[in-house]
Amino acid sequence: MPKTEEEKGFVDVVNGRYKPKGKFHISEANQPIFNKDTGKLAGVTNPRDMTYIHSYGGEAVFFESLGKGKLMATRCDNDNCETKGSIYQPFRIFCPDCLRRATVIDMTEIAQKTAKIHSFIVTHRSGAFNSLPKPIKFINIEFEGVVTILMSVLAVGDPAIGKRIVPIFNTKAPTYTITDLRFVPEGTLESELPEGFTF
Amino acid sequence: MIKFSDKQLKIPNLMKPVYLATVGMSKFGRAFPETRTEELCIQALTDAADFVNMTPAELKQYIHTCYYGHFADHFGDQLLGEAVIHDRLGLDPLGNIGVKTGGATGGSAMWEAVKAVASGYSDCALALGWERMDEVPTDEGNHLISAAADKDWETPLGHIYTGYYAVMAQRYWKVFGKEEDSFRRTMAEVSVKNHGYARMNPHAQAPMKITVDDVIKSPIVADPLRVLDCCLMSVGSACGIVCDEKTAYEITDNPLRIYIAAGSHTLRVADRRDMTIPLLPNETPNQYDNLGKEFPGADRYPGFTGFLAARMAAYYAYRMAGVNDPTEDLDVVELHDAFTISDIQTYEDIGIRPYGQGRDYIESGDAYVINPNNNKPGALPSNPSGGLIGCMHAVGATGLMQIAEIGYHIWNRWDDIHEPQAKWDAFGREKPSDWTSLQVNGAKRGLAISHAGVGSHVTCTILMDPNKILKED
Repeated sequence: MPKTEEEKGFVDVVNGRYKPKGKFHISEANQPIFNKDTGKLAGVTNPRDMTYIHSYGGEAVFFESLGKGKLMATRCDNDNCETKGSIYQPFRIFCPDCLRRATVIDMTEIAQKTAKIHSFIVTHRSGAFNSLPKPIKFINIEFEGVVTILMSVLAVGDPAIGKRIVPIFNTKAPTYTITDLRFVPEGTLESELPEGFTF
Repeated sequence: MIKFSDKQLKIPNLMKPVYLATVGMSKFGRAFPETRTEELCIQALTDAADFVNMTPAELKQYIHTCYYGHFADHFGDQLLGEAVIHDRLGLDPLGNIGVKTGGATGGSAMWEAVKAVASGYSDCALALGWERMDEVPTDEGNHLISAAADKDWETPLGHIYTGYYAVMAQRYWKVFGKEEDSFRRTMAEVSVKNHGYARMNPHAQAPMKITVDDVIKSPIVADPLRVLDCCLMSVGSACGIVCDEKTAYEITDNPLRIYIAAGSHTLRVADRRDMTIPLLPNETPNQYDNLGKEFPGADRYPGFTGFLAARMAAYYAYRMAGVNDPTEDLDVVELHDAFTISDIQTYEDIGIRPYGQGRDYIESGDAYVINPNNNKPGALPSNPSGGLIGCMHAVGATGLMQIAEIGYHIWNRWDDIHEPQAKWDAFGREKPSDWTSLQVNGAKRGLAISHAGVGSHVTCTILMDPNKILKED
């Protein structure tokens, strides 16, 4: 059952420290586990209701930008790095070769013009806490000039290797997670997009 | 990295020979609602003592340090589970440490134990692993497994690890398998073989007498993978004890030489960058120049079709142990068949077949104990234990089970472990009326691959009869 507003936990950062407010766990008594065939005790349940507090650190700009309809990446601009000029998506805070801080770039237009499916898989299964509609159409995406192959999901239509796609963004009610970014086939109409998403 | 320095490509060197003295395994199953983990770990260590005709107390007298493989402690809501097991095994106050490298955890625990002996720190080290994934509901278990992917970039996408993995299978299926029905059937043959071999193994969780059509018609998980293409989720424990030469021969008259190396690659497949293929001793420069023409889409390496970590583990281990060609130099292998398709991918990564030709290892019959094409012994039997598909995947124990199984063949004692009616009875499993020995006759050298997830960690262990080593010390 979803928690009420009073039961939710919220966190702010104040003076450089996390300031939690609201409820962060609801205690629930354990229950015994009996073997129904023998009537003997086998064990107990250990109910847990936990909320983790997590820092995005240097990747925060990526997740915040999704809600503004922008796809940010990074590029190594270190003249002394043998892989200078490499663009990374997934966004990497530091170049994996020279370990210098990479430059944040806006690659929304690159994605709109060059994204295509490298591989895909469709699954009807998910784990607990899944928020995506099933079946989930996982895709990995190639972009021109980008050295890596981003994972995301296809929100409309069927995937195929080589299919041209474009990014869409959850700009109306962002969750500030990777699920704010999805892709649709090139030519998809705005009216076909999931609720809250825009090009 | 996409380029390696000479220092990074240095062939690992053990400062002294290391020997595998004994091994042991528990029963493996999907759930043990009335058995604590320590009971399974004690079962494995007792089994190792039995194997060398010692009591557990006698065997423990030799152990100096302990390496414990246990991956998913968040399943059990118990941190420092290693300390719990170490205490229950009665091994305090010896030094011990936990090792966690996903599906490669068992192999990695052995990697650490071997280095402890090779360095002279210990004369005898225990590598023992276990896992239990039966103590949460399945959908929460799927979430907990997906936490082994990237928390921000992958886990929120469905909380289902199979999805992050299967994009690689799909790519291999399209590029190297060319979506051919014949390739689909070859994939299924891996499952038929391994479930069938599991029928001869009392420790195994999923013995099945099935057909290719059973696999192809089993419920779909993520196309082209179906339920019978996938490994098991298991509970159980396995162990191995490694020693220097003097100590090994105090424990047994027949210790085996052990070599082991490890490789790694990106946790997110998304981060894979294009690079040159590192070549194994049985490959030649320019061999893969036309790979992209022969198999359109195969022009990226490792792309989504190869496991660089497996390639690098073999790159180091073959040269450590003097292996030139695995099919020529080895007699039996236990591979990490997490999925039928990843098993085929691994044939290529470790050089049993060149890239693009992995399917031939199955189709030729080389991968069978008895080649179904000619009823003669297979050239390099694979996974007579049943593997992860038929025997078990109790993550922290898997790599150690594989090493144990290779050891049984070289010791020529496979039947001692798998045949006795008393063991079938003790495990509550029915021994098939057509039980058949899968002992690989004359086996002198073997290999085990322990592999994590999408290929983030891989170890390659090579065992040899000490009288049949390939490279002088």
